[in-house]
Amino acid sequence: MNDFSNAIAVAWELVIGLDADLVEIVVLSLEISLSAVFIATLVALPLGAAVAVFRFPGRGACIVLLNALMGLPPVAVGLLIYLLLSRAGPLGEHGLLYTPAAMVIAQAVLVVPIIAALAQQVLSELYGEYEEQLRSLGVSSARAIPTLLWDGRFSLLIAVLAGFGRASAEVGAVIIVGGNINHLTRVMTTTIALETSKGNLAMALGLGLILVLIVVLVNALTVVVRSGASRLQGR
Amino acid sequence: MNDHLDRIDVAQRIWPEPDILPLEVVGLGFEAGGRHLLSGVRLRFEAGVRTFVIGPNGAGKSLLLRLCHGLLEPSAGTIVWNGNPGAQHRRRQGMVFQHPMLLRRTVLGNVTYALKVHGIRGRANRERAFEMLHETGLEALARSPARVLSGGEQRRLALARAWSLEPRVLFLDEPTASLDPAGTVAVEDIMLRISESGTKLVVASHDLAQVRRLADEVVFLHQGRLLEQSPKGRFFAAPVSAEGKAFIEGRLSW
Repeated sequence: MNDFSNAIAVAWELVIGLDADLVEIVVLSLEISLSAVFIATLVALPLGAAVAVFRFPGRGACIVLLNALMGLPPVAVGLLIYLLLSRAGPLGEHGLLYTPAAMVIAQAVLVVPIIAALAQQVLSELYGEYEEQLRSLGVSSARAIPTLLWDGRFSLLIAVLAGFGRASAEVGAVIIVGGNINHLTRVMTTTIALETSKGNLAMALGLGLILVLIVVLVNALTVVVRSGASRLQGR
Repeated sequence: MNDHLDRIDVAQRIWPEPDILPLEVVGLGFEAGGRHLLSGVRLRFEAGVRTFVIGPNGAGKSLLLRLCHGLLEPSAGTIVWNGNPGAQHRRRQGMVFQHPMLLRRTVLGNVTYALKVHGIRGRANRERAFEMLHETGLEALARSPARVLSGGEQRRLALARAWSLEPRVLFLDEPTASLDPAGTVAVEDIMLRISESGTKLVVASHDLAQVRRLADEVVFLHQGRLLEQSPKGRFFAAPVSAEGKAFIEGRLSW
């Protein structure tokens, strides 16, 4: 118990004192997760919107697949990206394995289905409301997409935040493709796993505190977004 | 009658391009789930007259408007705009639904969006939008979210949005359903001004008092069939069909 109290005290000092190693890990983690979510959003929102708006053969299967991929096992994604990026893999020549770029790719792959599936649900509902009026105004399905993305932006932002939550808390994929190399690819989750196994609970707890804080902030942000939507859009 | 001719004159000044009226409906039918919801409807909508489509629930009034507007494909028959089969003229005809669908935007944003879709941008867009909000008494609510408006205000906004595009023909589906008397008067006043601006109104309605106040011509439907198309005075004084007479007397159910 005493060890645990000491660990918390040291962790607190690390956080309050802005320990250089800790700050480096936190900054790298945020850079990687934000980049991954940014890239995933660029792919997932138009994808989700297209599935919501267009009627095509296999659309139902496409929705089932998107929803199923939301639960992609991170280690399986990590392994797949590892095989693609390893020297013998099809993208091996780019030398991306064990770099932050590889971690961004892995997190983006994990996050795309989450944002796309949530976006598809949000935009299908919105298009159900809008479709007749938009058609009446002469708006084509393709042209309806930017309208839906704009009018559904608050709900979509919540989908993006959910993606960020997944990316920042993920450990399995980034440890495989990043290698957890000190000062290069060590992020919060992989450091927590490593330091815990080494018995260095202070650093693990310090990072854990920050990770929990980020999750709380993301959730607080969703509440703010919902309240903003209610005020600006009257719903 | 001079009133009708005035509306035609206004329309010819506003729309110098070839008119899309008259609208002819020939042998129109619509089937869904094995049921004939509309059969063999044949009628002609002329410019300059306010046409009210009436009939009991389930008669096919809203369906007829949606088919004419081009939102649904008929199972049989054709819709011909000024002798041009197949043309929809989506940009020159509009529709306001019974439950107006307002975008999750401000009151002003709902009108500017419609104008933008029709290629009207920048200053002209905003000026036209504010003009329409002024015309419909919604100027003070321009920055409010459209979805917090009252039922009557939402109807007026839907009319403002449709009117802003200066449609040659405007289909209105139960425009005053479930409104209080003041809301009904406000909407009817806007309908009259839209009509006076030269837009042909085709209105589905249950409200016989409203039909007596506003209609020039009545189209009577019953169980998906057209039973009468006649001037208002003649329809109310001497309906041709027994169903029309029963409907006027409040004895006809669906």
